[in-house]
Amino acid sequence: MTLAALASDFTRVLGDDSVITERAALRTYECDGLTAYRCIPGLVVLPRTTAQVSYVVRRCHEESVPFVARGSGTGLSGGALPMETGVLIVMSRMTNVRAVDIEDERAVVEPGVVNLELSRRAAPHGYFYAPDPSSQQVCSIGGNVAENSGGAHCLKYGFTAHHVTGLEVVLPDGTVEKLGGYAPDPVGYDLIGAFVGSEGTLGIATEVTVRLMRAPESVRTLLAAFRTMDDAGAAVSAIIGAGILPAAIEMMDALSIEAAEAAVACGYPAGAGAVLIVELDGPAAQVEADGSAVEDHCSAAGAFELRLAVDDAERAQVWRGRKSAFAAVGRISADYIVQDGVVPRTALAEVLGDIAALASSTGIRVANVFHAGDGNLHPLVLFDESKGETERAEEVSTRILELCLEHGGSITGEHGVGHDKKKQMSRMFTADDLDVMQLVRCAFDPASLCNPGKVFPTPRLCGERPGRRTGAHPLQEAGVADVF
Amino acid sequence: MSSDAVTVTPESTADLADAMRAVEADDARVSIRGAGTKQGWGALSRETSVVIETTRLARVIEHATGDLVLTVEAGARLTDVQNAVAAHGQRLALDPPERDATIGGVVASAASGPWRLRYGTPRDQLIGITVVLADGTIAKSGGKVVKNVAGYDLGKLFTGSFGTLGAIASVTVKLQPIPPAMRIVSVAADEPGAVWAAVARSTAEPTAVEWDGRTVHVLVEGAHAAVEAIASTLAGSLGTTTITDTLPATFGARPWSPGEIGIKLTHRLSALDTAVAALRRELPGARLSAHVGSGVVWAGWPVADVASARAAVEALRTVGSTVVVDAPFEVKQAVDVWGPVAAVSLMRRIKDQFDPDHRLNPGRFVDGI
Ligand SMILES: Cc1cc2nc3c(=O)[nH]c(=O)nc-3n(C[C@H](O)[C@H](O)[C@H](O)COP(=O)(O)OP(=O)(O)OC[C@H]3O[C@@H](n4cnc5c(N)ncnc54)[C@H](O)[C@@H]3O)c2cc1C
Repeated sequence: MTLAALASDFTRVLGDDSVITERAALRTYECDGLTAYRCIPGLVVLPRTTAQVSYVVRRCHEESVPFVARGSGTGLSGGALPMETGVLIVMSRMTNVRAVDIEDERAVVEPGVVNLELSRRAAPHGYFYAPDPSSQQVCSIGGNVAENSGGAHCLKYGFTAHHVTGLEVVLPDGTVEKLGGYAPDPVGYDLIGAFVGSEGTLGIATEVTVRLMRAPESVRTLLAAFRTMDDAGAAVSAIIGAGILPAAIEMMDALSIEAAEAAVACGYPAGAGAVLIVELDGPAAQVEADGSAVEDHCSAAGAFELRLAVDDAERAQVWRGRKSAFAAVGRISADYIVQDGVVPRTALAEVLGDIAALASSTGIRVANVFHAGDGNLHPLVLFDESKGETERAEEVSTRILELCLEHGGSITGEHGVGHDKKKQMSRMFTADDLDVMQLVRCAFDPASLCNPGKVFPTPRLCGERPGRRTGAHPLQEAGVADVF
Repeated sequence: MSSDAVTVTPESTADLADAMRAVEADDARVSIRGAGTKQGWGALSRETSVVIETTRLARVIEHATGDLVLTVEAGARLTDVQNAVAAHGQRLALDPPERDATIGGVVASAASGPWRLRYGTPRDQLIGITVVLADGTIAKSGGKVVKNVAGYDLGKLFTGSFGTLGAIASVTVKLQPIPPAMRIVSVAADEPGAVWAAVARSTAEPTAVEWDGRTVHVLVEGAHAAVEAIASTLAGSLGTTTITDTLPATFGARPWSPGEIGIKLTHRLSALDTAVAALRRELPGARLSAHVGSGVVWAGWPVADVASARAAVEALRTVGSTVVVDAPFEVKQAVDVWGPVAAVSLMRRIKDQFDPDHRLNPGRFVDGI
């Protein structure tokens, strides 16, 4: 069956305002937040209900047509990159908040609900939803589930995987399954754990149950300015080493401070080679105790200015520079690549030194903005396409990931593998590791139709076990025959 | 397992893979065990002729103290691990009461204790895992950094899998700093629901809230300068003055003894008292305890007759998911220990992918897996 025939089938069942076939309109969906990769989808559908998602997926499965889910399209690894020969299922119309049950500390939302909406709904009750990606004003909960998104505050609160207690998913054959719910510890394999972070390759989430948390009594945000990155790094090590667990520790280097100043005039201390934002939250007495310890550690490490935000307005001002940093580098560079790698926290200083050396040897500038508390780097590789620097910038960007791996880290801390980092997967994992991961894929999606070609460098044919038997012979299982 | 089962005790991941390949060559079925503290947990296993025991696969591979990350082989005892990392002021945030349990066993059974309120369960501590499949394939996922989204998370799938997907060879876990001070606020309560409601409304951020059937104990941890203030504010709102700085001996204990039946009932947080009432109604005289605020209630009682135990469990399943965790052989024979399971056909497909010949811990898991 052709895509055109599927389109008329979907139009009949979903209504014609839910199916897009015109090329100009399809173009809107040609890429996600990583605009370097583009592909105009064969067909776009915008379902409103689980039943509609299930119908679309079932028909795709019957016709062997690949499909890709898309949330808000803010992903930075090409995870929602569509296929010319496939259907793009856009979840942005499923935006109902189905329940906010404060006494159960749970909310139930459709996947198109925007991340920040959850905290907005919970706030009047004194609760919040912890995972707070910087894109939280636009990214969808469905996308967060797929990417296992984190945010600045995941140092204390963990990632999406720690906050999802229930899922309704449409499996790649169209079957609808409910996993978990309000109660903890669902019986059987941890399918929620397997699904969260699977980058849209194991099915489509159509409902998400999340944990809501009691808002902390006290929040204290400190901006500390240092002469050098090394000094700031030493302060981070001292804070963590002292057993203090801040909600967030973020670091910016001179170049990213310069960009943020140019963009939003955040007013960070002049002459800083690095700033740290350390946010503590919790019971007031605890925050008070940790707060003075953090200030002491920063001073001892050489901080030349400490600014304590005393109210929400000041806090917002401190965060403004950090939150605008990605977009802000546009002010100081024609083009840039946002990289996402992780190193053990104790290797930060060394890796940053290596990155600086790489930058000076290649002439490609790198601005560093990152989650220092958990070693998640976001180097911004600056270049000018019009000067033919693209290729060199890409080399620098790739080399940074290699540095992360050489220090025992990871090729991605939160943006995912998607289309972009498939190749690097085989540098981080062995062929056996990747084959075994794909056993999960084969259990969920044996036909390999659900967001195919993402995450894994070499797709594996399900049912094929190189050099292995595919299973017990039925007679053997019944105890009638033996292999030997 | 059969009485003449052969026991193999691998000393390295490579040994473990060899053992698996030998099992496959012999077309045998295997029981995988750590220290055996939960041999009574799960459904009854079908016959196996080999036991792979991990207790000699017990090295600490790496303790990155500055990173608060530990990589350890599966057979290391939790207690030994805690002692080793405590020397650096750190702890692994897992406190199931089975003192001799191995790390691999804790992960494979998803065992948790009071700390789960603050830190979560084994799935939340795990950042990397190395497993050996039934055909001897060695595979890892995750890594040794606390933040990492590269590839599928096999660690979560293996957590709570009761050895039915493969043997865990080693795990990498994150560690937490040991808070310098603690206070325990205690308040008598026949029903813990109202106490929980008050704790939930407070901003004390307790590490644990445990109910032992009579009293709710709230564990508050933090800086020396802070815990007294936090505890006394909390005590005030709970209407108690009992604040101590040592944990009661029964803190986190399972309410059953060897040879008795132990069950776990999970519930939505607002239904704590409903769950407790149902347990009292169906199991008069049973000992109860709860991980308050986590949605877990435990009950333990001696077996009088199997039929009434079965009837009680069936009745409780209308209230919440009820698992017969530990029970004597004759009870396990008669009762569906896991109860109804969502998406069980998908679980079967996962089992078929990982262990196509169904060699590993056959029958121990849900739906005969
Ligand atoms: C400025 C900026 C800042 C960012 N900051 C952060 C950050 O701090 N932390 C962080 O983790 N990420 C961050 N990101 C990345 C991105 O926002 C997250 O990955 C986010 O979770 C993606 O959500 P989305 O709705 O845009 O998903 P999309 O980009 O639409 O899709 C992402 C993936 O999810 C899949 N998917 C979408 N919906 C579903 C569904 N319902 N079921 C199954 N699969 C689905 C898609 O197939 C795709 O593979 C940032 C991005 C930008 C542009």
